[in-house]
Amino acid sequence: MIVEGKVFKYGDNVDTDVIIPARYLNTQDHKELAAHCMEDIDKDFASKVKEGDIIVGGNNFGCGSSREHAPIAIKASGVSIVIAKSFARIFYRNSINIGLAIVECDMADKINNGDMVQVDLDNGLICNKTQGWSAQVQPFPEFIQNIIKNNGYINSVKKQLGGK
Amino acid sequence: MKGMTMTEKIIAKHCGKDFVQAGMLVMADLDMILANDITAPLAIDEFVKAGFDKVFDKEKIALIMDHFVPCKDIKSAMQVQKTKEFASKIGIKHFYDIGVSGIEHAFLPEKGLVKAGDMIIGADSHTCTYGAIGAFSSGVGSTDFAVAMRTGQSWFKVPKSIKFELVGKPKKGICGKDIILHIIGKIGVEGARYCSMEFVGEGVKYLNMADRFTIANMAVEAGAKNGIFEVDEITHAYLKEHCTMPYNVVTADSDAEYYKTYTIDLSEIDYTVAFPHLPENIKKKEEWGNIPIDQVVIGSCTNGRYEDMLAASEILKGRKVANGLKCVIIPATQDIYLKCIQNGLAEIFIKAGAVISTPTCGPCLGGFMGILAKGERCVSTTNRNFVGRMGHIDSEIYLASPAVAAASAILGRLATPEDI
Repeated sequence: MIVEGKVFKYGDNVDTDVIIPARYLNTQDHKELAAHCMEDIDKDFASKVKEGDIIVGGNNFGCGSSREHAPIAIKASGVSIVIAKSFARIFYRNSINIGLAIVECDMADKINNGDMVQVDLDNGLICNKTQGWSAQVQPFPEFIQNIIKNNGYINSVKKQLGGK
Repeated sequence: MKGMTMTEKIIAKHCGKDFVQAGMLVMADLDMILANDITAPLAIDEFVKAGFDKVFDKEKIALIMDHFVPCKDIKSAMQVQKTKEFASKIGIKHFYDIGVSGIEHAFLPEKGLVKAGDMIIGADSHTCTYGAIGAFSSGVGSTDFAVAMRTGQSWFKVPKSIKFELVGKPKKGICGKDIILHIIGKIGVEGARYCSMEFVGEGVKYLNMADRFTIANMAVEAGAKNGIFEVDEITHAYLKEHCTMPYNVVTADSDAEYYKTYTIDLSEIDYTVAFPHLPENIKKKEEWGNIPIDQVVIGSCTNGRYEDMLAASEILKGRKVANGLKCVIIPATQDIYLKCIQNGLAEIFIKAGAVISTPTCGPCLGGFMGILAKGERCVSTTNRNFVGRMGHIDSEIYLASPAVAAASAILGRLATPEDI
């Protein structure tokens, strides 16, 4: 799987309250959540983001609440992958569980807002086309690849249980 | 065989192994799983979409309506309705709406539904609270919860453990909130990322259960997977009072492996406040300056227990909150609420000019019952002070203990009880 897009760059400790504020947690509608994605940190995000674009953060991306609405809002915005120096653990787990690609990269802080970046997920290769450099990252272990291949954890469990 | 930490021992027991160590990936059996009115509806969607029609155990699932209740708007009411109908259809025993429950992490231990030695996951980040009674408990998302409802299992990477050796006796007025904020200030909001925080040492005996619940509750604010306390006489007394089921006590082996060890001298900790906009942003009293306050919130899964209400009442008794300041007090469960009325705390609060809300997470996550306007500042006993957490993106939250919050309410500025 290879994805490519324009970068929306944020700093350290991007929390789930700014990814999707709790005032919108009275819905499970993916599109409605996407309409308010990143609203409290970047009010123009929802209107500017295009299919395939990439979010890049610093350390501890996704800290805070366990709301799965956060990765859902990002995925439903059309974002193809989130790259960060490190992720908070519940957000990391939730992203994989819903099939949002997510990758840790030490070079994340070298990536600038607006850069064009390509990510080869199978081989763990991040290529910054604007700046002309590549970085090797850890590819997903097999059981996580299976979750993503099955379009999320629930589908892979369903397959395993034979539907019931 | 190498020694194991408390967390490793609980995980090993729940995945049928004699030994596990940090870094291993395991599938573990769960004793209790929980979700609330925000996370359950999403999990129900996934559960139904997958075609599941039964759960692993009707008595090991708790659905607690606490975040936006009594329902703040039509959409919130639909979420509660959806969860209630699902619980009824599947036959889930522990469905709790308003009137019989409270904030999940205060309510479940009070009801005796979680206990020492348990392996627990909850679709709420503050599920780590139950480490206070010697359980392994960790927050997950709705999908993990949906799968666990069907299978009774969840996968885990065994976390590295960080040992917090608590020594010394806390000064008068210093509580669990000051201690955990002090620790987060020391190690940072990702200081325990993916790790287990294990609280041990001779200082533990000076902490009552409310202190321990507060400390374990905020382990997630340091990025931890779980926080856990050693079980002692105080824990046994609590479990004896609340829980009728047998429980398992684990202790760490003397040769258990820790990723890091910190010694925390409780006697050196003062009133501790986290300034906007991160729980690690701790400032000493001398650095506070004059910070005028518009609102005070006393409550939440972090500090809504009876001991917290008592600490606030001792300071508010016979006094008035500052002119124009809004003070919202939220006992965390129906039992605590009733006790506040029976023991005269409610009268103290009302005479002081505070409002008392029925149990809800409400303002903590900017839901309702005390949303901040542009530029407003709040001293709150809750757990997060992120940008916009309690309302407008230009509002500010100062995280503090019930005593500091109550003193600030009286003086209209960030203050300690000694300032009154």
